[in-house]
Amino acid sequence: MNLAFRDVRHNLFRFILTCLGLGLLMTVVLAMMGIYNGLVSDALNIVKAPQADIWVVEADTQGPFAEASKVPNDTRDAVARLHGVARAGSITYQTVEAPFKGAALRLYVIGYERGRLGGPQTIVQGRGLQASHFELVADAKTGLIPGDTIVLGRDRFTVVGLVRDTMNSGGDPAVFLTLADAQVLQTQLDPSAARVQAARGAVGSGGATVAAVIAKLDPNVDPQSVANTVRQWKHLSALTQAEQEDILIKSVVDKARKQIGLFLGILLTVSAVVIALIIYTMTMEKLKQIATLKLIGAPDRTIIGLIVQQSLALGAVGLMLGLALIMTVKDSFPRRVLLEPVNALALTGIILVVCVLASGLGVRAALKVDPATALGG
Amino acid sequence: MDRRVIVDIKGVAKHYGCGETRVDALRNLDLQVHAGEVVARLGPSGSGKTTLLNIIGCIIDPSEGQVSLDGELVYDNRWLRGDLRRLRLDKIGFIFQAHNLIPFLNAVDNVALVLQLAGKTTAQAQARAMELLDYLEVGPRARAMPALLSGGEAQRVAIARALANSPRIILADEPTAALDSKRAGIVMGLLRKLAAEQDACIIAVTHDEKIMDRFDRLFHLRDGRLEE
Repeated sequence: MNLAFRDVRHNLFRFILTCLGLGLLMTVVLAMMGIYNGLVSDALNIVKAPQADIWVVEADTQGPFAEASKVPNDTRDAVARLHGVARAGSITYQTVEAPFKGAALRLYVIGYERGRLGGPQTIVQGRGLQASHFELVADAKTGLIPGDTIVLGRDRFTVVGLVRDTMNSGGDPAVFLTLADAQVLQTQLDPSAARVQAARGAVGSGGATVAAVIAKLDPNVDPQSVANTVRQWKHLSALTQAEQEDILIKSVVDKARKQIGLFLGILLTVSAVVIALIIYTMTMEKLKQIATLKLIGAPDRTIIGLIVQQSLALGAVGLMLGLALIMTVKDSFPRRVLLEPVNALALTGIILVVCVLASGLGVRAALKVDPATALGG
Repeated sequence: MDRRVIVDIKGVAKHYGCGETRVDALRNLDLQVHAGEVVARLGPSGSGKTTLLNIIGCIIDPSEGQVSLDGELVYDNRWLRGDLRRLRLDKIGFIFQAHNLIPFLNAVDNVALVLQLAGKTTAQAQARAMELLDYLEVGPRARAMPALLSGGEAQRVAIARALANSPRIILADEPTAALDSKRAGIVMGLLRKLAAEQDACIIAVTHDEKIMDRFDRLFHLRDGRLEE
């Protein structure tokens, strides 16, 4: 006779309500895990998207994702001529706000040269850029769909295709323009004083620049050796893809990552305390019954089983509800919630340990109950 | 009637505290209860009635003395058996004032639980439990939860549970306190009948004047001493 099951069945409504509460808590824990993963993944996606081996950036900078980097437009030709470089392309990055359907849409604009490195990898709907101007490919998170038009700077662009999971470390979804359009947009969005100077033809103010030049190397070419060559050039530096990813993780998203990680830790602690309190309260409510069980001769293992099994059932059902809920609502979050099977497994392990530890408090209280309590004296 | 001694208590004392705060709940107490006997212990509140019940039920330690149950010496200034719960399961049945049925088990499962704890299979336990409930005329209420049983029905289920493993000793703490005169009379009649049939002794703690004439012997506890 399984006493834990009988007790749960007897108090089914209360058990379901408790599981629901715990499930909501698990949803928040899983959401935090997903946001944490999403933050890291998004940050890496944007740097992995161009599929580059080398990033040529302005000297003494950490590249376009960490700080402002400007390199001359013609750098791409110089990089393309380097031994071991298979392909090269110029790329720009900037964040803009554009009005769309009565709201301000914050976009991460990536300008690239059509037919060269840096463009969108997989178009999930529509097509890639074909015209030289005024077309864009947007991340689906922007809410734009093919055929929509949107004004960026002083020009109206037509959405021709969609990509997925391409956003910067701040969570702003990306749009891809031709490099020429992106550079014009950059100029249009310059501070007014700079624009006046440019209109007057001031030297140095109108020179076209890009954020970085990216290069794909031939097979078996060591990226570090190519990077070392570039580092010898004046005003330029180079980062390998691994270095670029490392900068993103350790520098750009590090604080946000730690913040979410800390919050996740706090949430898990709160969950553990809540589970412990629920189990302890459930046990305390049954002390007279436990005393009766002891009095009629039930061994400790029967009483421990009653508490531990209920604790595990509570944790398991709460976790399943949490998983079901987060899978249902994860796409409604403004930032990407990326859940891997390993997260569910890790949380299962944590909940298992928490439930066993939490039930320890209840078991301790139950084992201390004097069977004489059942007699009322 | 088999006059074998089932409960044999010699020189049992129980003190609480020490020094000036010492309280003697029981003093040098001797008691013998035979098979088939139904005895009651009376006494004012705090006279040690429940303490004696707890000692016979192997729930609390006496401070000194000897306790023999069903011919086995179980306490001689220390417990001589490590598995007191097993001893209770096999030899002692408890009937409580407030029936103390497990609220999440139905009537038949409350009785079957004790049998399963003693090692019976589910089928055996259920069959025996039903047999007892039928015998106590609560068979039709076997699937009812304790909250849905009347006071008399619940007490009969509690008696069935106490009898499930055919114990030789039944300890009853105010078994009729929650019942009206008619029901109390029925329950006492039933206990007497069971004591005779199962060769068990029944030791009750009671204040219930209306059932005094249903006991073979009455003991009064005064200042920790027993007077017949």
